[in-house]
Amino acid sequence: MVEVTLWGSLGAAAGGKQKLEVEAKDIRELFRNLAEQYPALGPFIERGIAVSIDGVIYRDTWSKELPKDAEIFLLPRLAGG
Amino acid sequence: MGFDPSYSARTFTSVGTRPVRPDGVDKVTGRARYGADFNMPGQLVGRILRSPHAHARIRRIDTSKAEKLKGVKAVITAADLPDLTNGDSAMYDILDNCMARQKALYDGHAVAAVAAIDARTARQALELIEVDYEVLPHVTDVDEAMKASAPLLHETVFTGGVDPKPTAPSNIANRSQYGHGDIEAGFKEADAVVERSFKTEQTHQGYIEPHACVASVNSDGTSELWVCTQGHFVYRQQCAALLGLDVSKLRVTPSEIGGGFGGKTHIWAEPVALALSRKAGRPVKLVMSREEVFRASGPTSATSIEVKIGARKDGTITAASATLSYSCGPYGGMWAELGAMTSFACYNLKNVKTVGYEVLVNRPKTAAYRAPSAPMAAFAVESVIDELAQKIGMNPVEFRIRNAARQGTKSSYGPVYGPIGIGPTLEAAQKHPHMKAPLGKNQGRGMACGFWFNFGGQTCTDLNIGADGTVTLTVGTVDVGGSRASLSLVAAEELGIPYAQVQTVVADTGTLGYNDMTDGSRGTFSSSMATISAARNAIGVMRERAARMWDIPVDDVVWEDGHARAVGEKHGNLSPLSVRDIAAVAAKTGGPIAGHSELVADGAGVSFATHICDVEVDPETGATRILRYTVVQDAGKAVHPAYVEGQYQGGAAQGIGWALNEEYVYGEDGCLQNPGFLDYRVPVCSDLPMIDTQILEIPNPNHPYGVRGVGETSIVPPLAAIANAVSNAVGVRMTHIPMSPPRILAALEAERAH
Repeated sequence: MVEVTLWGSLGAAAGGKQKLEVEAKDIRELFRNLAEQYPALGPFIERGIAVSIDGVIYRDTWSKELPKDAEIFLLPRLAGG
Repeated sequence: MGFDPSYSARTFTSVGTRPVRPDGVDKVTGRARYGADFNMPGQLVGRILRSPHAHARIRRIDTSKAEKLKGVKAVITAADLPDLTNGDSAMYDILDNCMARQKALYDGHAVAAVAAIDARTARQALELIEVDYEVLPHVTDVDEAMKASAPLLHETVFTGGVDPKPTAPSNIANRSQYGHGDIEAGFKEADAVVERSFKTEQTHQGYIEPHACVASVNSDGTSELWVCTQGHFVYRQQCAALLGLDVSKLRVTPSEIGGGFGGKTHIWAEPVALALSRKAGRPVKLVMSREEVFRASGPTSATSIEVKIGARKDGTITAASATLSYSCGPYGGMWAELGAMTSFACYNLKNVKTVGYEVLVNRPKTAAYRAPSAPMAAFAVESVIDELAQKIGMNPVEFRIRNAARQGTKSSYGPVYGPIGIGPTLEAAQKHPHMKAPLGKNQGRGMACGFWFNFGGQTCTDLNIGADGTVTLTVGTVDVGGSRASLSLVAAEELGIPYAQVQTVVADTGTLGYNDMTDGSRGTFSSSMATISAARNAIGVMRERAARMWDIPVDDVVWEDGHARAVGEKHGNLSPLSVRDIAAVAAKTGGPIAGHSELVADGAGVSFATHICDVEVDPETGATRILRYTVVQDAGKAVHPAYVEGQYQGGAAQGIGWALNEEYVYGEDGCLQNPGFLDYRVPVCSDLPMIDTQILEIPNPNHPYGVRGVGETSIVPPLAAIANAVSNAVGVRMTHIPMSPPRILAALEAERAH
């Protein structure tokens, strides 16, 4: 079980919750379980969500493990120039 | 076993040296082929008809006269680019931007296009296209567009990110919010508070090479596109989606690139060229004029930003807030949100709140511009930081160091930081001789910090060993800033061979797996990681081949200093085998030798910089001269230090232009008044001092060599550093970018009138 913090508008789609407890060992499981528990998050996940694990931002690595007690923060997928 | 991207300390032989860039001779002799240098037999000339109105409903387009003109082979409108986006609103916006459908939404919006046998005929054909417009009220100013009384761009846009969902449409496409703590309580703890409003005008990336492409749609269902781009794989996917082509049957070849800075991460004319070619049955070359680049490609946002920061007398910031409104052009984006995320990222704040508003205006579709949205936010925040330091009587560098984010700080955008480099850049700036250099009359010094995220992404490389032992490295990230040289250095380092033995080429979409674009400061970070992985795979193959040549177990073969060496007492008399030795007999030991890599290069790590700037302002004319400029930034590991310095200097140079001169000027009619380099003034050599750089190397733990992206962060601090310098020089706080001579004179006049 990991605790996940959502950014503002994502929290609104999760019923106003800013923190969620999710059973997940990696990013893939996190997204799958979030979409199951909170269907309104599905479109956000589809468009792309970045996952910050202890301050390091991952955009595409589903296999990245979520260590217990790690700070996990969901952020919008970033644009760059 | 999978590739481990973790950093491990090592000494370098090739990485960190400064060889001459392999593309340099072609570029200085004119042999390099840019987008407009490609031609095909039988190609036609494409031209685009653009709206002369800022906002107009398209009642009817009659192309019949143009179609009858001798030499015209195709005329297209939005009807020739049917909506295949299947509910994907972002792709629909791209489609609508490439060719207006119901409404022209800005001056320069494409409404039709022709392909003809020559440019003269194409121009004549454009004049023969009749468009019946119903001109609508327009709005180009970000603050005006937010008012309830403003002309609406879309009846269907309701502000997102607010609860409950609004019942009336608005030009505010979305609201976002970041932060933590209680800012009201924090402001009550403050001994001093500074609150100011700022504006920045819209600027263009100003790349010297205009958008250009040649498109050829063939009758057998295959298509080709030669194009100037930062990301040919993304162009392929987007063009294929918009035109209903199979991705694998559209081959996109990138040209050399004469600057991109984010502006060539978006498609503009390419789908139009493909649609023209499909209709004409011949290749079509489409090259934008400079005027078209300004009017119809993607500049950055114009902004309106309010910042409030409070601090105790001891220099501790107690609360900070910002409201950031960013123009998006006619389509929503995340530009204000990026401003909201980055604005206070340099600082360790107990109470912070930022709110971003994405604002629709009748201007071209906003595009990424080098650390998109961060420079404007930094301008506003760093200006207030400077003023607050003065107000409490503290040195501005010490004030920043006291409040700088560090490992364990909860960032203003949410996550807690790991090891970060803002502190070292500030301390290096504090110790830099520039800080102690004397200043004269009408001169001022300013400094500022900047933050950018950086990212990695999908990356694929091939490393092939030639029969003579030389190496071809094939990458899919477009070389914008010298990455071919940098990646050759990395391949040479990993293989243990001389740099001159490696040639790096950028592959087309048909000859390599998918690669994300060269954006987000990811080119060298990502492709060097994939290159190391591919080289290690190739070394694995060469160890096996050496084992076969020696007829010994592969476990008894190691790779050292560019050679396979047999280890163990039994093999002590075997001479090491070089890459050339192994390659020479490859045909007999198993065939071609190569290493491949496909990976997602995540873990780029955030990036910080500190800039120092001295200016002299002429109080009679308002003209500003940059006297001295210093960039301090963390590169993780500088693969090719000269190119890292080039990125630092380039960001500073672009920032100087943005801070002092560059701006989109719109008339009352909503039309752009200065779409050319004569009236939109980018800095030239005589405007710039030699920009000094200091590279810090704090290894990125998520890259084998410790590399970080360096392409974008250098444009974040300049607006603020220069604004602080000018403000210190003239004694008036400058709040409007660019600080052009009329704007400085007006600020001085207003101060005198007080």
